[in-house]
Amino acid sequence: MISLRGRRTERSQATARELAHLSDEAVVALVARSDEHALAELYHRFGRLAYGLAFRILRDDALAQDAVQEAFLGAWRAAGRFTAERAKPSTWLLTLVHRRAVDLVRREERRRTEPLQPEMEPAGGEAPDAAELATQRQTIREALRRLPAEQREAIELAYYGGYTQSELAERLGEPLGTIKSRMFTGLARLREELGEDARVRVGPA
Amino acid sequence: MNDGSPHELSAAYALDALDGDEREAYETHLAGCERCREDVASFRTTASALAYDVDLPPLPETLEHRIISAARAERPNVVPLRQRVAIPAAALSAVAAVAAVAIGIWAIHLSSSLDHQKSIRKDQKAVIDVLSDCSRTPTQGSSGAICVAPTEKAVLIADSLPAASPGKTYEAWVITGKHVQPAGLFPGGAGRKYVLLTKPVRAPAKVAVTLEKRGGVSAPTTAILLQAEVKPS
Repeated sequence: MISLRGRRTERSQATARELAHLSDEAVVALVARSDEHALAELYHRFGRLAYGLAFRILRDDALAQDAVQEAFLGAWRAAGRFTAERAKPSTWLLTLVHRRAVDLVRREERRRTEPLQPEMEPAGGEAPDAAELATQRQTIREALRRLPAEQREAIELAYYGGYTQSELAERLGEPLGTIKSRMFTGLARLREELGEDARVRVGPA
Repeated sequence: MNDGSPHELSAAYALDALDGDEREAYETHLAGCERCREDVASFRTTASALAYDVDLPPLPETLEHRIISAARAERPNVVPLRQRVAIPAAALSAVAAVAAVAIGIWAIHLSSSLDHQKSIRKDQKAVIDVLSDCSRTPTQGSSGAICVAPTEKAVLIADSLPAASPGKTYEAWVITGKHVQPAGLFPGGAGRKYVLLTKPVRAPAKVAVTLEKRGGVSAPTTAILLQAEVKPS
């Protein structure tokens, strides 16, 4: 009979094994409690997508890493204010990454003349969720293809290129109002194309 | 569209296509416009779907470490987490055969099955709430632990208890003094199982698990398979 094995203080951070079972929302709830294992889990789930997005915008490894790091640190600080009613965790995190990347690309003025030309070969499918990512990629691609060309152009240049609406107006030689209208109508249409359940469809389950 | 109404900027904002001043002005507007907040939330969801149409280069090896280290360095600025003690259990003496009132026995277990996980998301949240802030006492008899939150809600973690045979179930018990309460049923099985106990655990108390007939019983009838003594911190 062991009565006492000494006073052991144990901060109960969930282990990686426990975390793997959890929903994205639950992981964010743990991040809000400063659980760094949960932050690592969040990175395992979305890091690759986050880096891919940042790289697409910034076209530079070091800058893309900075954007991803700042976004995850933003998540670390702000997880307590995350509200599941407003957004899925994947949307929330990708929004943080996108904004950091866009801010950096504007600051660095690193944009190339053709930001829409993908440069990298898709990486091998070793990730367990590769099939699901591929499905989502296919879905968004098809939805984009169904947009009128000028709406798609405005959305792609804004989202992947990091251009402001004023820059777009200048670049495309159109009035600002026209650009605003293309972005609004295009995004509304894209939302429709992706369906009411877009919330469910974006982001690994 | 080009009337300059801030309402119409929700799409550009969601695409991060506003410059610094425009963004700032729009955020001021957002603070007082519920309709715009809803628009933005919905457009954000659509915009973030665009992120899935990017190539995925391999992740830089050191990035995860950089992020976690930076986060750790910030932690002193975060609300410090209370430290509490968990003392490993002494062996549990024979369970007193005291009749306990069985009230609404139920339990959950989490498996890695995705469908199952989705269906119990709500219960899962309760488990997470406990796991994220609790004192942990390892169990004796079989590998596992009891996690007790400050709210006295408790989660039993059972590692690889053999699956209960047909007609049988595992039953958890919370024992306070001579008072024995049934605290949930679960099937066991390979891997780690989490069981949200249906009774609070108010230290000092013991938590035990027995194998009972299906449907559960109001007082334990068989030998204890797994046990932990939860002591006050």
